Amino acid sequence: MWKTLKRWFHQLGSPRTFYRFSGALIPWLFVAMVITLAWGLYQSLLVAPTDYQQGESYRILYVHVPSAWMGLFIYVLMAVSGLIALVWRMKVAEMVAIACAPIGAAYTFVTLVTGSLWGKPMWGTWWEWDARLTSELFLLFLYLGVMGLYAAIEDRRKAARAAALLALVGVVNLPIIHYSVVWWNTLHQGATVKLFSGESHMHPSMLKALLIMTAATKFHFGVALLQSVRARILQQESKASWVQELVDD
Amino acid sequence: MTDFWQMGGYALYVWPSYALFLAVVVYWLVAPWLEVKRTLRKMKQRKRRQHARANTGEQHESQA
Amino acid sequence: MNPKRKRRLLLVGLLLLGVSAAVALTLTALKENVSLFITPADIAAGRIPQGNQFRVGGIVVANSVKRDSDSLHIQFDVTDGAGTVRVDYTGILPDLFREGQGIVAQGSIENGIFKANEVLAKHDEKYMPPEVAEALKRANTPAPHPTGAQ
Repeated sequence: MWKTLKRWFHQLGSPRTFYRFSGALIPWLFVAMVITLAWGLYQSLLVAPTDYQQGESYRILYVHVPSAWMGLFIYVLMAVSGLIALVWRMKVAEMVAIACAPIGAAYTFVTLVTGSLWGKPMWGTWWEWDARLTSELFLLFLYLGVMGLYAAIEDRRKAARAAALLALVGVVNLPIIHYSVVWWNTLHQGATVKLFSGESHMHPSMLKALLIMTAATKFHFGVALLQSVRARILQQESKASWVQELVDD
Repeated sequence: MTDFWQMGGYALYVWPSYALFLAVVVYWLVAPWLEVKRTLRKMKQRKRRQHARANTGEQHESQA
Repeated sequence: MNPKRKRRLLLVGLLLLGVSAAVALTLTALKENVSLFITPADIAAGRIPQGNQFRVGGIVVANSVKRDSDSLHIQFDVTDGAGTVRVDYTGILPDLFREGQGIVAQGSIENGIFKANEVLAKHDEKYMPPEVAEALKRANTPAPHPTGAQ
């Protein structure tokens, strides 16, 4: 078991294997995404019932919450790939970490804007410097920082390692985002869906749409990330013979 | 149907949220795909130019 | 793992540990400042933040809301279970404002009354359809856990 995993890890570490493997995987992920996204949107907008307090405005949740989860999920993946890049100096891990940053930034941006659009009618304000909102904004800046640092250094591989280090340090922000609503008084409410206790404060008729949308964003990220990494592989490995062969036909 | 578009009076907040979300989703499907295509096309062009140069080089040699 | 990699891993670990410790210390020191609001109990105990303006958060007491019929002036009591403070406000209220709802008001204390210049609504983390909320009310369950079991 361990040996198989280790072999996989090393094989995927080869740009060529990664390029082939992801090329085969992308169509499947894309189909899964289209199906879950269409189903999820239908459920969120047409099937899920009106909320007893917030009326129809709560439907923003179905794009806000999956995006927020993606912002955190992508950061974790970026940091793990960053760690692999720093310790093992694996080229593909560097590319994965760097490719994560702009996608994570996009999802975090969606989280902030949709949260603001939800906050205005419900809370009565577009923005409040409470701990949850501020730490989420900081997450966006971390993503932008990783992208900026990577762009600022000439050597692609050194740049990736520097950016990976920044990404790793920023991991400290993740528990702060998650627990901000517990540790401090905030305008943002506590967690509705609790992953570990299995207890949820959402009616099943509403939860279904949220879970489908969450799956859709995961598939979407899979397609976006793999394709971004493929582009980076082609650019950075353009002199490799297998890339040259690709261009031949 | 108009009820649906009005979103209980929250249309101004709900629809922009969904629009932004979908715009980002579509962007991140199209942009990396175009990037791969663009990179491959560029590499092909470069290769063709190299071949052309190599061929003319050979001709010059044979003439000399 | 070869020693070079082990050393790199150790360095990254130490760096993370150091940063975490620094951030934890800073946030603990800033605890008061990070919290968005204080509670009515804090006011009763005289734990009022420095400066004129501050925020207070709590639940709007049932049957305490008095509205002017011809203006946007409103008075209501806010409680956190341990203390209560009267809030006086003139202006537009968020859609979620109602009795029993959590709110955050910004303003200052004048003669024992909290003069607010901004009232924000805080909603809880529960989501359910109106029929379910109605049924729960009828059954008189104190804390609605709409999913029932899990």
